[in-house]
Amino acid sequence: MINEIISMNGYGLYVWSAFSFTLISFGSLFLIIKLQLLREKRKFVYKFGSLDIEKSRIAKSQKINKEILVGILESKI
Amino acid sequence: MLKSFEPNKIFAITSRAPKYVLFLFIIVLSIGLTEALFLSPEDYKQSHSVRIMYVHVPSAWISLGIFSLIAFLSLVSFIFKNKNFSLISKSLAPSGFLFNIIALVTGAIWGKPTWGTWWAWDARITSMLILALFYSMYLLSWKIFRNEKQATKITSIIAILGVINVPIIKFSVDWWSTLHQTSSVKILSTTSIHISMLIPLAIMTAAFTLFSILIFLMKYNTELIKIKNKGLDRL
Repeated sequence: MINEIISMNGYGLYVWSAFSFTLISFGSLFLIIKLQLLREKRKFVYKFGSLDIEKSRIAKSQKINKEILVGILESKI
Repeated sequence: MLKSFEPNKIFAITSRAPKYVLFLFIIVLSIGLTEALFLSPEDYKQSHSVRIMYVHVPSAWISLGIFSLIAFLSLVSFIFKNKNFSLISKSLAPSGFLFNIIALVTGAIWGKPTWGTWWAWDARITSMLILALFYSMYLLSWKIFRNEKQATKITSIIAILGVINVPIIKFSVDWWSTLHQTSSVKILSTTSIHISMLIPLAIMTAAFTLFSILIFLMKYNTELIKIKNKGLDRL
């Protein structure tokens, strides 16, 4: 039964390699994009943290900056 | 109504959506893989090699769909100078390119047992390769041109020029004599593929669509935070 599933009448090598290539590609792209996102989030937290009081007040007045910080905090929980 | 298009409101949705999309994607993909690899019947001519169709065909469809969408958004962004549309186009490109590559590679793998060759310069395969070149040029242009206005302009031109290739890919099997068969799945007329194969194909297409949405959302969030990082530098 298992041998049949693996060999697929001699087409197993082709079928399994096509599916494996697809799934590995999915995993790789997901990881690359995830790492890029994490890098930008880290950069944002660092830059936000190094602002002086006046600049920090201006940055906080922008709703999207608040949303980004909330998003980062939520993803850490 | 227009307030729902404010960047903070868009970000509130796009930053929370990926986890739900990922969850749904894993479920749909699991069902799709079970159907495609174990439950669907083998073909009377191609035997089990037909199963490659369940990854090859959805990938080709989605790569074509994404490029058409990129071209449309680029045109709109080019005419109305809307930054958000070019940001959406930029975020769509990575998954579109990946699906293009998957379609080419799985097509080559399927070609060997079916046609006896990994590659042939037939109209469908060649036009798909040209699409991959347009995707590469599009993605590289975003990397090469640091000036945002210049990058938007050049990528828009690439996308608009590249979309001419989309109908060529679609109708290549009708216009020229190629190794590829004509379409089996049709929207406007009767589909010739059996329901037992159409169901796994539909499920795998849904799973692949969810994956492209997931990558789009994550990339869009990355680009939005990148813009805000530049904004913090300018404060």
